Order: sequence, then structure tokens, then C-alpha cells
Amino acid sequence: MAEVVAVIASTHHPFYYRASTSTGADRPPFADEWVAKIERFRDTLTRARPDVLVMVGSDHFHQLWLDNMPQFLVGKAPFYDANFYNEEREFGLPRMLLPGHEDLSAHLLRQGLDAGFDLAFSNELRIDHSITCPIITLRPEADLPIVPVYTNIFAPPLPQPRRFVQLGEAIREMVEAWPSDQRVAIIGTGHLSLELGGPRQFGEHGPDPEFDRKAVDWIAGGNLQECLAEVTLDSLHTPGNATHGFMDFMLMMGVAGENAKADHVDSLDLFHTMEAYFTWYPNGAPA
Amino acid sequence: MSKYLVDKFLYTIDRDPDLVERYREDPRGTVEWWEAERAGSILNCVRAEATTWLEFAAEEREALATHDYPRLFELGAHPFLTLTLFIAMFDRDYEPLGFQKEYARRLAAFTLPYPDYAT
Repeated sequence: MAEVVAVIASTHHPFYYRASTSTGADRPPFADEWVAKIERFRDTLTRARPDVLVMVGSDHFHQLWLDNMPQFLVGKAPFYDANFYNEEREFGLPRMLLPGHEDLSAHLLRQGLDAGFDLAFSNELRIDHSITCPIITLRPEADLPIVPVYTNIFAPPLPQPRRFVQLGEAIREMVEAWPSDQRVAIIGTGHLSLELGGPRQFGEHGPDPEFDRKAVDWIAGGNLQECLAEVTLDSLHTPGNATHGFMDFMLMMGVAGENAKADHVDSLDLFHTMEAYFTWYPNGAPA
Repeated sequence: MSKYLVDKFLYTIDRDPDLVERYREDPRGTVEWWEAERAGSILNCVRAEATTWLEFAAEEREALATHDYPRLFELGAHPFLTLTLFIAMFDRDYEPLGFQKEYARRLAAFTLPYPDYAT
């Protein structure tokens, strides 16, 4: 059976690419520290020697729209074009082409449907920065096949937080039951407190540093019960109007497992939002 | 009220570089043209299968025609869509992040709970 060699949860900051590649007067003062943290984070994936990446993210009204909005969707294509015109325009992100893994996609869809998750699928999915940002930070060679899993954290009505956790638990089980000798890393990105298009956006820190501290503790310690007891669809409006992206972190806590302590924990307090990086090694840290 | 149609306007303008410029330069004309010609277009269907009943409420049409993003926030337009398109149109007129900070300032009177953006 396949082995889950790493579980990784991260914020996806679209400004990282530009910050890390800019030079001279254009280079922001926090870029060097940010790059150093990302390189340490990248090493946690590299050391796990994955063959294939399951990538959990959320479309930001790029391909998926309100006329036909899936709650959870699995990409099932041999390739994925990536990044959109407005991401080039606003963030300077490059166009990319990532290989897919149709066999693992088909496995997750079949097993997921049979386990009670009515997953949508797409044979022609263009992925956005929720998946390309972690490729850029964690695997810039973009050489490994991926299976994209999209969640709806953006267009209400949204699934409940516990459903994200349950899907994460199911993804872990399904990957471990995949009849293959491949080494799989499961990577998901979301947000801590975040405000977009509201009065608390683009401040000196994230809109709710206290929520961020609590959230980092929940994730790092695998404190799923405490997190689930406090986080509701309503409560997530309070730390910032785009904080529902935290549910992708909750999904990844489900993948990592209850009370699973992260092997790598790091964060970076930036203007507008806090960055946070977590890696778990389910079978022990690689040598 | 058609929060959905306001969102559809923001979404379909934002993804087209020519329409972003057209809306920046001629907001009222672009809104009128879009509502007459494009509002009913179902994005995965041919033009002959267009929607027949969608239209803006008067206050939505006026907010779009005047680039009034605080009013769009108040009317429940999706904050991400409004922010993204307005950055595309006006970021260039400010120092880096200047527009984003002014945007926050102009919304400063709003307190929780914010207007509901569910469609």
C-alpha cells in the first residue's frame, strides 16, 4: 500500500513569489527572513522523498463560479494548467503546467464516494494560487504529479468545519489504502485570520493576532476537539471576513490525526496576515 | 436585490483585461452595456441559452456605475471580488499598498457583523 510520508499544512501567501525573487530597492525588508523560513520548510518535504502530492486548496472564483459551485472537488486530469490572468496581474505569479496523477485521483473519487463524500470532479481544471503557492514554496521544480482537492471556503453556504476534518481523516485513510508503492505527501493550504475587502485589511499584522496564536497552538498540537469546540461557521467571521480559509487547516488537522504533534512548526508575522508552516511525519522523521 | 448579478459583473469584468480598462474609464457606460448584452450569459452555455430574468436593482446599478465600493460592500457584494477588481483598476494611482489602505479607511464605519454576502 501507499505510504503517507509527510503531511504539510501552510498558509498560501501570493506575495511570496514576488518578494522572494525581487532584488535591490524592490526587495521588501522582510524578504530574507521569509525566504530562510521557507527554505527550512521546503527541506521538510524534500527529506520525505515524495513521489506524488495530494494538494488541498480552494479556488478563488477563478474557474469555479456561483452558477455551479461544488463543495468538495477532486481534479482528475493528466495535467493542470495553473494560475490566472488576475494572479499574474496582482501578484506577478507565473503560468505553470503541473502533471496530474489520474490513478490516485480515480482512487480518491471512488473511495470517497463510497465513504459518503459526494465529491465533484473535474477533467479540465485550471488551478490557482492556493495550490501553486505551496508548489512554489515547497517544490519549486514542480516536477511531481499532483492530485488537486478543492474545498469551498469562499461562497456560502459552506460545509461545516467538522466536515472538513472528516474529509481530511478520510483522505488519509484512502491514501493509505491505495494499492501502490508510491510515497505520498498530503499538502494543504489555508489561512489564519484574514480580512479581504473589509475595514481590517492590510493592517500592521493579521486582523486578529490572538486568534492566530490560538490557531497555531491547535494545529501544532493536533488539538482537534478544542478547535472544533470553538470554531463555527459563524465564529469565523469574527477574526476576519476571509478567515473561513482556516477550515482548510482543519482539514489538514484531520489528515494529521487527533493529538498529532507537528514535527515542524514555524510562523512569520507579516503585515496583513500571519504566515504559518507545519509538517508532520506519520511514520517518524526521515533520517 | 441581485447580489448574484453584482458578483457576476465583478467576476466577468475582472477576468478580462480589456473590460477592466473599459470599466475604469467608463463605469456607467460599461455597466449599461454589460447589463444589456452580457448579464444573461450563462458561462457554460451558448448565447442562445441565455438567462431571461436577471437585472440589477437600481441601487446596485448606481453603485457599480459610480465605482462606489463602500456601497457595494454595504449591499453585500462579495468582498473578495470587489477588492480584486478595484485593485486592478486603481492600485496604479497610489504608492504601493496605498489604495488597499485607503480602501480599508473608507470602510472603517462598518462593524461586525458585516453585511451578508451570501447569494
